[in-house]
Amino acid sequence: MSGEVIVFTIISAMVLFGALGVVSTKNVGHATLYLLITLGSVAGIFILLLAEFLALVQILIYGGAITIVLLFALMLTRVDEFSSIKDAVQRPVAIVVSVLLLGVIITPFLQETLGGQSLTESNLRTLGHELFTKWLIPFEVASLVLLVALIGAIVVGRDD
Amino acid sequence: MTEDLALKYSAVILVTFIGILAIGMMLVANFLLAPKKKTLEKALPFECGIPASPFSWSQIHMRYYIFAILFLIFDVEAVFLLPWILVFMEPITMSPWVFYEMVFFIAILLFGIVYSWKKGMLKWK
Amino acid sequence: MELIYFELLSAVLFSIGVYGVLARRHAVLVLMSIELILNAVTINAVAYATHIDASGITGQIIAIFVITIAAAEFGLALAIILRLYSQQSNANLDEANRMKW
Repeated sequence: MSGEVIVFTIISAMVLFGALGVVSTKNVGHATLYLLITLGSVAGIFILLLAEFLALVQILIYGGAITIVLLFALMLTRVDEFSSIKDAVQRPVAIVVSVLLLGVIITPFLQETLGGQSLTESNLRTLGHELFTKWLIPFEVASLVLLVALIGAIVVGRDD
Repeated sequence: MTEDLALKYSAVILVTFIGILAIGMMLVANFLLAPKKKTLEKALPFECGIPASPFSWSQIHMRYYIFAILFLIFDVEAVFLLPWILVFMEPITMSPWVFYEMVFFIAILLFGIVYSWKKGMLKWK
Repeated sequence: MELIYFELLSAVLFSIGVYGVLARRHAVLVLMSIELILNAVTINAVAYATHIDASGITGQIIAIFVITIAAAEFGLALAIILRLYSQQSNANLDEANRMKW
């Protein structure tokens, strides 16, 4: 077992710990902190995949912005209703469905013969080069999506 | 490749372990050394001598959420600026259009901030 | 590193997210589970890109777009949830059935 596999095991254990915390805790504030653990550890997975820029993006957007927006939204709601909503009725069905889904996803992964090829390191300059030539239209459409999200949030969140 | 990665991130791993160890030692030392005597007065939150009020969670106004959304949107924009700068600084290979591509991107987002300005969302009242 | 490790991690994360979406009734918790699903997809895209693609770039660009869309979706969805909250004074999705007939 190489050192890389050990590091991967530790990081993925943290990812799954945070994810299980998100779906099992009753308190929304605690769920936010668990989500932060998961998102930060996914940045570690990106570093193991030699995608350092993506790790930076993950920390910057998920760790910084999305968590702050989430905490902002929690401050807009009252704390006494955090723990009042329980999920009991559909839980057994949800467990069955998600375990079946896991089996369906994993089966082709175990049968395939891909992999084994060594990782290729990518650099940020070629990424930018590709982003601003080949992926130009999606890039501009992404700004439109962000604009729609901003205006939509203003229209929905306006107090009148 | 693997050794390269390990060498590059050895400082990060080291600092992570030292950080976890330091915080853990502080908590354990605090737990072992501090005298424990529980009284009702100690359990109260400190509120300048005034009796503590039952709810500490104050509900802020919906209007402030717009500021959080603005931060989120322009944080995403900053992510796209980083590879753009690297491409932009490259002297020969890129076409001159790469500058205007980014100007177009920012102009679209600028429309959003102008809209929120016109709607009076940026007023801190 | 073999590709299969990342695939397994992504599959388990995806299933946990699906469980959260199905089982939770608090709207904010459902939204967090959707973020878990999106992260699983991102891990999968980047893992395949670095193992199979010659340059390893395409998967990363797709991942950046996924993260961008996730940020936009998250802000808008939270605004909708806050509106829902001010209308029915909680964020329970089972009670949000006023537009159903």
